[in-house]
Amino acid sequence: MEKRRIYADNAATTKLGDAAFEAMLPWLREDYGNPSSVYEAARVSRRAIEAARADMAAALGAKPNEIYFTSGGTEGDNWAIKGVAASAKGKKHIIISAIEHHAVSESAHALERYGFEVTELGVDKYGLVSPDDLRSAIRDDTCLVSIMLANNEIGTIEPIKELAAVAHERGVLFHTDAVQAVGHIPIDVKELGVDMLSLSAHKFHGPKGCGAFYLRTGLRIVNLIDGGGHERGRRSGTENVASICGMTAALKQQTEGMEERNKRLSALRDRLYSQILELPYSQPTGHPTDRLPSCVSVVINGIEGEGMILGLDELGIQASSGSACTSGSLDPSHVLLAIGLKHEIAHGSLRITFGEDATEEDIDYIANSVKQVVGRLRAMSPVWDSINNKPLKFKA
Amino acid sequence: MLYSEKVMDHFAHPRNVGELPDANAVGTVGNPKCGDIMQMMLKIENDVIVDVKFKTFGCGAAIATSSMATELVKGATIQEALALTNKAVMEALDGLPAVKVHCSVLAEQAIRAAISDYYRRQGIDPVPIVGELEDHDEEVPED
Repeated sequence: MEKRRIYADNAATTKLGDAAFEAMLPWLREDYGNPSSVYEAARVSRRAIEAARADMAAALGAKPNEIYFTSGGTEGDNWAIKGVAASAKGKKHIIISAIEHHAVSESAHALERYGFEVTELGVDKYGLVSPDDLRSAIRDDTCLVSIMLANNEIGTIEPIKELAAVAHERGVLFHTDAVQAVGHIPIDVKELGVDMLSLSAHKFHGPKGCGAFYLRTGLRIVNLIDGGGHERGRRSGTENVASICGMTAALKQQTEGMEERNKRLSALRDRLYSQILELPYSQPTGHPTDRLPSCVSVVINGIEGEGMILGLDELGIQASSGSACTSGSLDPSHVLLAIGLKHEIAHGSLRITFGEDATEEDIDYIANSVKQVVGRLRAMSPVWDSINNKPLKFKA
Repeated sequence: MLYSEKVMDHFAHPRNVGELPDANAVGTVGNPKCGDIMQMMLKIENDVIVDVKFKTFGCGAAIATSSMATELVKGATIQEALALTNKAVMEALDGLPAVKVHCSVLAEQAIRAAISDYYRRQGIDPVPIVGELEDHDEEVPED
């Protein structure tokens, strides 16, 4: 097969889109005035920010005054958790799921040193959080529930509407980390019923280092970043005008034709799944249907993920893995363990998040490459029986 | 994480990979739970390692260190092979990222485990010669 170059790690980051790139340029070297200044050269950037805010609000079903621009998803997650905690007046219990991004879980656990308690809700084998489990976990002193909209490793989309409703039954605030979802599936904050939502531009072809935070009207939480009173006194720091404009341009582009595109991407995803799963002793991870349209995640017995990533890289494909060796620790990813995989199975994890421009030929190339690399690694694996094509029981 | 060109070369083109049916010294170290298992197969004649093959389940560094270790012990005497350190394997690969140093330790231990097996097969207690092996497999999972 002729070598191709395929970037298939779009859940890690994406290429800056054409619309985003064009939208950023004027604010870098022409109209670079500080939006807080009063002269016309600065007022143009103020107007651009407010237009971007209106666009962002429209894309999320929010009102413009509910949108705050941030440095990205990690800041939004920190703000929601620490901001609510600092405003919580004695309520010292936070609920998250066991499969959150570290930006959420580390923020929550960081509060333990101030006397907060954190409950991590387990998930089923597909990675779904159960609304009933949430209902039982809520206590009188619970101040916040934070559950991600879509998981970054296995692509599962959580039942956020139901979960937010459960939190609200008990008067508890609800935040969702929507970093993997925004720009990829339709989002409406009012429909979801969330109080706060965090997003990151570079996951949908916007620039890195930029994001937005939705904070429902009427809700006041303590600031994370104080200073000159930007963003209506809630988030200080001179606005990143170019990135804000690039982010909303990217989101607009992603939102147009999303339904059509997702039908095509889901078909490509299912095509890739069916080909990869022809490998004996391989299995999908994440929910089979409630999942991101271009995310394929699997575990493959008898091999280790990092070897697979390096092998695919040689064939021109960039992908990722939740194996221990890619994390720099001895444990595979917390997400793979939370869905019930054994360590030795989780080490063989592979995540392919292909781009919107992927073709059937690209998908077939990826599948053939995965098979080729897995074949090579299994042939040199002491825990794989290459003659009978099955795992060997390991004996030390 | 940055691998040296030598690591990438040994990952992409591992030397001495496969089975050695007439091996008289086999050592396996590591465990699947931690994500690294190395198996070294040696053929020893007159105290000289005349042939060697390996099989490894693990990351790029695990495969590369196994491959390099086989190159370093092929043709060596038992005494020379026992003197092989993980540091020597790392140096031969132009270094490893800090989080991957344990892979080179595993390669050293796999060679020592194989030589221990060689002595055991002859009814000789390997401990006075090879020393105690580091225990890498206390957590063998039941299936």
